[in-house]
Amino acid sequence: MAIGTIPQHISRQYDNDLEHIRTRVLGMGGLVEQQLIDALRALADSNTELGEKVLQNEYKVNSLEVAIDEDCTNILARRQPAAGDLRLVMAVAKTITDLERVGDESEKIAKMAIDLAEKQGPREYYIGIGAMGTFVRRMVHDALDAFARMDTQAALAVARKEPDSDEQYDAILRQLITYMMEDPRNIGGAMDAIWVARAMERIGDHARNICESVIYFVEGKDVRHISFEEIEEQLRTSR
Amino acid sequence: MPAPLTENSGRPAVSVLAAADREDVPSHAINLSALPQAQKRLSLDREKPCIEVHGLNLYYAEKQALKNVDMLLPEKRVTAFIGPSGCGKSTLLRCFNRMNDLIDDVRTEGEISLHGQSIVGKEVNVSELRRRVGIVFQKPNPFPKSIYENVAYGLRIQGVNDRRTLDAVVEKSLRNAALWEEVKDRLDDNALGLSGGQAQRLVIARAIAIEPEVVLLDEPCSALDPISTLKIEELIYELKDSYTIIIVTHNMQQAARVSDYTAYMYLGELIEFKDTNTLFTNPSQKMTEDYITGRYG
Repeated sequence: MAIGTIPQHISRQYDNDLEHIRTRVLGMGGLVEQQLIDALRALADSNTELGEKVLQNEYKVNSLEVAIDEDCTNILARRQPAAGDLRLVMAVAKTITDLERVGDESEKIAKMAIDLAEKQGPREYYIGIGAMGTFVRRMVHDALDAFARMDTQAALAVARKEPDSDEQYDAILRQLITYMMEDPRNIGGAMDAIWVARAMERIGDHARNICESVIYFVEGKDVRHISFEEIEEQLRTSR
Repeated sequence: MPAPLTENSGRPAVSVLAAADREDVPSHAINLSALPQAQKRLSLDREKPCIEVHGLNLYYAEKQALKNVDMLLPEKRVTAFIGPSGCGKSTLLRCFNRMNDLIDDVRTEGEISLHGQSIVGKEVNVSELRRRVGIVFQKPNPFPKSIYENVAYGLRIQGVNDRRTLDAVVEKSLRNAALWEEVKDRLDDNALGLSGGQAQRLVIARAIAIEPEVVLLDEPCSALDPISTLKIEELIYELKDSYTIIIVTHNMQQAARVSDYTAYMYLGELIEFKDTNTLFTNPSQKMTEDYITGRYG
């Protein structure tokens, strides 16, 4: 299968239906990415207004998830898709769940940003968190890019970054634990920072899941819960 | 340690915070409002009725084949009738152009109207009704004439003989029936030489040549191979812009693929009639659910 193309069906309407859900997933992806960017910026700049905007827009992400889910259900009921078409619908259904969760995590970050701006608490807890935010946002961006182009190699490259985000999370956690041990009065502020880091770590996981869905759609291979070496091996062997 | 973290960890806290990516907007940011809206959810309440059926009962001698059917068939949509054999779906379809008149001992009660005009009484001009409501049967039945004459037939019996008009109508109808490209070089060949799928599309071209308001399709694909079936289905999808289409099919998947609305019938009764998406994802009647999931029938 050529990258990014789906061969035509006799029924043009069927093609339209499939193309429609694909396009809508990308639209939803763009929206979620924007939410994440805004949440990170709100956190970085203590921008309460931007944080509120993220909270207000959250419903758009949710309603898109519901709408695309319904499109998928209708395609399953009306077309009984097979092979690549079936995998596309399955991959889309999973991807939008992950995207919606990324939206939820962005919402959490935005809430923390608002809290933090109001408290004017100490900022040293947030060392490393800005960088981690940039890192997972890049992952989400590249995962959506892999989805748009149906590019398995790009998807694998993104998935490979996911352990890095775990490491960053661990590093941040270790650092925050030392703050808390130094002085129990730090615990409240440090806990907030942990929640933010935790949200980012989850976003990295969801980006990886999206990439696994892309590989499933294109290659028909389930690459969840296996090592990167095994994934590479799977991608090398032809179907 | 991954690169982005080491890169920033030496800086003072404030600038680390400020390092949150601010340069770009997502490249995937598609303006959602510019996307074609999802097909509006269909609902019978919002449709313009084409055929209205009220309290229809039909008897073959003593046997009651239709029991108190009430329905509004929407204009310029595809409506499918599904149900097990003998449930009355073909009988109902044939009421719409009075094909049941040809059978002895048929008695009907109730009212059917086409665009507000009753079509059941003795005073109705049945030939005129059949011009407005065309029908295509299960087995393709081209006349033993040339392809051209098959399509021109309806106009000829209306007294149209002008060659230019006929040429134009024949070409347009064959194009609309997605057959033109395959037969344009052999319009004078006998239509009986066409394949089953082509013959069925020819019959549809013949039906639409006289510009009917409604096209009735009585299992139009059951004698065809899968690819011809898909071509006919694609054709049905395109025809609904111009015609009200009512299709009877044994093949539930076909009803799901082509129709906007689906009616489920059982033993002469209309059990459930609603938009196809809802009927196939969340039917309200247990009987419908059992039938479409293959638990009955």
